[in-house]
Amino acid sequence: MTAYIIRRVIIGIIVLLLVTMLVFLLVRLLPGDPLMVYMGQFSVGGSGTTRITPEEYQFLYHQYGLDRSLPVQYIDWLGKIFHGDLGKSVTVGQDIGELIAERMPRTAYIGLITFVIGAVGGTFVGIICALRRGSWMDNTLTTLANIGMTIPVFWLGILLMYLLSYKLGWLPTHGWTHPLDNFGKHISQIIMPVLAMAVGSIAGLARLVRSCMLEVMRADYVRTAWAKGLQERVIVVRHQIKNAMIPVVTALGGAIGMILGGSVFIETVFGIPGMGRLMTTAIFDYDYQIVQAGVLLFGAIIIFSNLIVDIAWGWLDPRIRLA
Amino acid sequence: MADNLEPTPQPADAIGAAVAPPRRSEWRRFARVFFGRKLYLIGFIIVVIIILTAIFAPLIAPYDPLVTDLYATKQGPSSEHWLGTDQIGRDVLSRIIYGTQISLIIGFSAVFASAIVGMLLGLVAAHFGGWVFAVIMRIMDALMALPGIILVLLIAGLAGGGIGVVIFALGFGAIPGQCRMMCGLALSVKQNDYVLAGRAMGMSNWRIMLTQIFPNAFPPLMVGITMGIGGVVLGEAGLSFLGIGVMPPTPSWGGMVNDGQRYLLQNPLLSIAPGIAIMLLVFGFNMVGDGIRDAVDPKLRGVL
Repeated sequence: MTAYIIRRVIIGIIVLLLVTMLVFLLVRLLPGDPLMVYMGQFSVGGSGTTRITPEEYQFLYHQYGLDRSLPVQYIDWLGKIFHGDLGKSVTVGQDIGELIAERMPRTAYIGLITFVIGAVGGTFVGIICALRRGSWMDNTLTTLANIGMTIPVFWLGILLMYLLSYKLGWLPTHGWTHPLDNFGKHISQIIMPVLAMAVGSIAGLARLVRSCMLEVMRADYVRTAWAKGLQERVIVVRHQIKNAMIPVVTALGGAIGMILGGSVFIETVFGIPGMGRLMTTAIFDYDYQIVQAGVLLFGAIIIFSNLIVDIAWGWLDPRIRLA
Repeated sequence: MADNLEPTPQPADAIGAAVAPPRRSEWRRFARVFFGRKLYLIGFIIVVIIILTAIFAPLIAPYDPLVTDLYATKQGPSSEHWLGTDQIGRDVLSRIIYGTQISLIIGFSAVFASAIVGMLLGLVAAHFGGWVFAVIMRIMDALMALPGIILVLLIAGLAGGGIGVVIFALGFGAIPGQCRMMCGLALSVKQNDYVLAGRAMGMSNWRIMLTQIFPNAFPPLMVGITMGIGGVVLGEAGLSFLGIGVMPPTPSWGGMVNDGQRYLLQNPLLSIAPGIAIMLLVFGFNMVGDGIRDAVDPKLRGVL
């Protein structure tokens, strides 16, 4: 098991390095001058937030080391990141590390609540559907799950806002309050964002859990368990659910990516000052250092959760860690 | 999904297999499974209607989607404007109808582009194995590590919107999925004796890949492509919603949801109607994908 974990960690680190390389290359190779990108505008004397003259441009070009070769620049950039130096935002003028430390906890907090609701809800609905397969409840829930997977998260957010805020007046339309400042207000503000994001996770997971359960129900060991005369409850819990959960664990890793991606939209719709909102505003302000840092952070979180998933797999299924 | 599709119980004499049951043609079997389930049929009808709408948009749309009418802004539904008008008096229904074209063009182009690149990489990885496999797969892992929308956001944000950029960004984001799928399928097809026979006959690597592995992995790949379209259309809607996708005044469903957001009280349909269009399209393609999958190979359920 230790060797397996070490191998997974090494692969995780390699993938993380590849992600940094990818992000670096994308920022450098896509149209747009990297210096302009860093300075927050598109062309010399252009329409960005700062204006510089051609002489200043030449000076800064050298200053930022952009006249060096790409690999040298990459190593230099990577070194800075490892020292926690993510650069300074050109628009906000704040250290990006500090900005992230301020914004990320909100995104993580809402994301975590959504994740728990999605995981528990999806598994529950999936199991119910599989056990009562073919019943009207199964048909209804499966159809709802199929529809749930197609709902754009931002649209659902707007629809909820229209119904619950504008029409019924039950919840505030948008905003963010720290839970320790005003807990009631805090809860009323996060209900809609969490709900809007959880629907997709529940639907996707429910579909997967259901099909995995149905797969397992046909397995030989389940037939044997019935033949042995075990109680239904024991068969369902110990044989079916436990085995059906193996592919579901992988999907949980994917759900984290989906929630992080969804946060970009949901924070925009509901005006929550989190990481997703930070990144979208940064794109419009041409503040690419922030976008770059945010993409790297999300990538790192997902690689880390995939690592956990891999380790969980190895623990659940001994065949995998020997492969 | 579709669990009533399991093989019907065989008559007792079939077990002895003295009389082999007559083989129906593959197409008839496909059609029986595909059209035998209501959801798949509904999905298929939705897709056909959407494709026809896109082709005949100029004939169906009651108004020009770009013409503004400042005397009739933010109107609710009426007999002249079935879904009302937007903030500068454009007919919402006409914009949704024309938006079909944009969504389908972007959906098909991005998925086909990513499928070609992804499948080629997947074939190469599966066929050569070893370090080639390791390098390609680790790069795909890295691409997969960024949530689709984040990678697409980075590309579209840097390159600055527009239909071409959106297709590139979404296509790029869809490569790893296509590559992994092709790779997995190719690895399993490779186990077959006919591939070994080809090799024994002295066929070149590329010839084996293109004439034997690819055609045999094709049906499940169709499923991946169909399912991919729904994902790409959702991605396009998302980008346009954020304002870095298809640029106004070109009608895009995601952009329309965003525009309408500010006028929810005057005419909620401005936001709600284009969202329903997105859902119908994605639902249709997902169901067709599910249907093809169950018709070609029900074992792939949960894998694809």
